[in-house]
Amino acid sequence: MELVMTPTEMQVVYEHPRSLADVPTRYCPGCTHGIAHRLLAEAIDELGLLERTILVAPVGCSVFAYEYFNADACQAAHGRAPAMATGVKRMLPENIVITYQGDGDLVSIGAAEIMHAAARGEQITTIFINNAVYGMTGGQMAPTSLPGQKTTSSPLGRDTHLTGAPIRMSEVLAQFDGAAYIVRRSLHDVANIRKAKKAILTALKVQMAGLGFSMVELLSSCPTNWGIAPEKALDWIEENMIPHFPLGDYKVRDDVKAL
Amino acid sequence: MTKELLKGNVAIAEAAVRVGLEAYFGYPITPQTELLEHLSQRMTELGRVFLQAESEVAAINMVYGAASTGARVMTSSSSPGISLMQEGLSYIAGSELPCVIVDVMRGGPGLGNILPSQADYFQVTRSAGHGDFHPIVLAPASVQEAIDFVELAFDLADKYRHMVLIAADGQIGQMMEPAELPPMRPLRDSTPDWALTGAKAREKRVVTSLYLKGEDEEAFNLKIQKKLKQIKKTEQRSVEYATEDAELLVIGFGTAGRVAYSAVEAAREKGLRVGLLRPQTLWPFPEQRISELADCVSGCLVVEMNAGQMIEDVRLAIGGQIPVTFYGRTGGIVPMPDEVLAAIEESYHRLQITV
Ligand SMILES: Cc1ncc(C[n+]2csc(CCOP(=O)(O)OP(=O)(O)O)c2C)c(N)n1
Ligand code: SF4
Repeated sequence: MELVMTPTEMQVVYEHPRSLADVPTRYCPGCTHGIAHRLLAEAIDELGLLERTILVAPVGCSVFAYEYFNADACQAAHGRAPAMATGVKRMLPENIVITYQGDGDLVSIGAAEIMHAAARGEQITTIFINNAVYGMTGGQMAPTSLPGQKTTSSPLGRDTHLTGAPIRMSEVLAQFDGAAYIVRRSLHDVANIRKAKKAILTALKVQMAGLGFSMVELLSSCPTNWGIAPEKALDWIEENMIPHFPLGDYKVRDDVKAL
Repeated sequence: MTKELLKGNVAIAEAAVRVGLEAYFGYPITPQTELLEHLSQRMTELGRVFLQAESEVAAINMVYGAASTGARVMTSSSSPGISLMQEGLSYIAGSELPCVIVDVMRGGPGLGNILPSQADYFQVTRSAGHGDFHPIVLAPASVQEAIDFVELAFDLADKYRHMVLIAADGQIGQMMEPAELPPMRPLRDSTPDWALTGAKAREKRVVTSLYLKGEDEEAFNLKIQKKLKQIKKTEQRSVEYATEDAELLVIGFGTAGRVAYSAVEAAREKGLRVGLLRPQTLWPFPEQRISELADCVSGCLVVEMNAGQMIEDVRLAIGGQIPVTFYGRTGGIVPMPDEVLAAIEESYHRLQITV
């Protein structure tokens, strides 16, 4: 059987998003930060936003996000991305300003900045990567670590009596009037990845329409620090993280529904 | 233009508006709050950016973001707030961004009090944040000088792509004096070639302070050190009074310098050969001029509203050549001219200078 297609029969089914830089990343094999990057890049491409986008990278494994996208970018201090993004957006209201933050960055050290950005209805979009640990510093306990979860700073498992229970930030931020769109998605399988992409598109559209603060939380894997093989790490998201961090739409304001 | 009776904080704020301030981010703290309040009205009525941040941490990071876009941007605070800003100041230094910070210093440590103080000399000149850098630091001694320094601050910030800190003690912020404001200037009409604006029809731009490789970080550090060396060479500023034939040189900045001026005048009336040098830049410290004067005088008296901080820079400039004595008040207390006069007389007689 002849398997070679002629050029006219060939069609592009997969290509490198224009917004994603063609450079090797520093992410570990199997880490879902890469998937989140690709989804964000595709969404920026599809909405034609690359030339207007200013990305604010965090401190964490994604600190080099500014190298991985072809957009103008800056790199904020740990947790301060929403404040830095506020400064950028207030000066450049026509631009699209996106923060990309981990859970240590956003839920712990930067809790105040994200809450006030949401409360002000700051016209920015946040991509929030929740992997239940501090990835970059070697897998310490985060405010999102699960009860009993063994990390390098909770070797006996997270003791909720001493360290509290996981903070569900999407639920928290949904309380603020300024928050227009707050949802939680997961990157553990193809169906969920597709839903995540759709949510990122909506979040960016919210900003384009000037409706307020938008955030997509993405449950993400950290095979390296969880000490689990990449494939199993995806199962771990589904089996262990989702029960503590239910997927869903926590705030979809009426004006967003009408988009 | 004519002189008006202006409060220091309001004068600084209005001067910033008139020299093209595009954005202000700040958090209330006495004794600088009138600055923020004035801008809340003026910036808003002019359609410019004013935002009261949730903390000084957020305020300085908003400044960091706005400065990344090439805007003329400012924040203001007082001592405890500046402590919170140090992380952001360090990132701004590490990204070579221009901005202006006003520090209306108060008594410390801790919550201290809201009285005028110069106790943050080390903080502003030596440790405005982690890493190897100094901000440019301007120290006004009157409302008029505070106004004049606002324009100078923005110009120096733009010229060197560096932060400029106006270190005013609470007295400068709170007192009212007749002063003349600059005329209203248009906003900037160009955007610097490093500013973030969106990568349209050009390569993308990045604002970062991250250099993972030691060699790269060292190269960056050498670059900013070269810049700081240039600033040190060209931007030292000070004013003098009666130094021509002085035997004793009094050195004080800001309000302490002003009080010392009255004391030196009184000493002259008594026939003592005393002169005054008042540093206008705390960094770069006017070491060239002080070193020159050290060759002509027999001794030096440093007057500060702290326990003795600038005196270290004076000693470095003088290099052990002549005796250096100190008179200071702390806790937010402003010394009276006759206290300083007594210190002058004591130093003078210790030097065994005969009238
Ligand atoms: C002020 C400050 N404190 C601590 C650190 C060290 N640090 C770097 S990354 C990080 C945690 C990042 O974790 P997370 O935000 O969850 O992102 P991830 O690496 O997991 O993607 C910490 C604590 C820092 N750089 N700055
Ligand atoms: S440490 Fe974890 S979060 Fe960081 S790149 Fe590796 S797998 Fe990803």
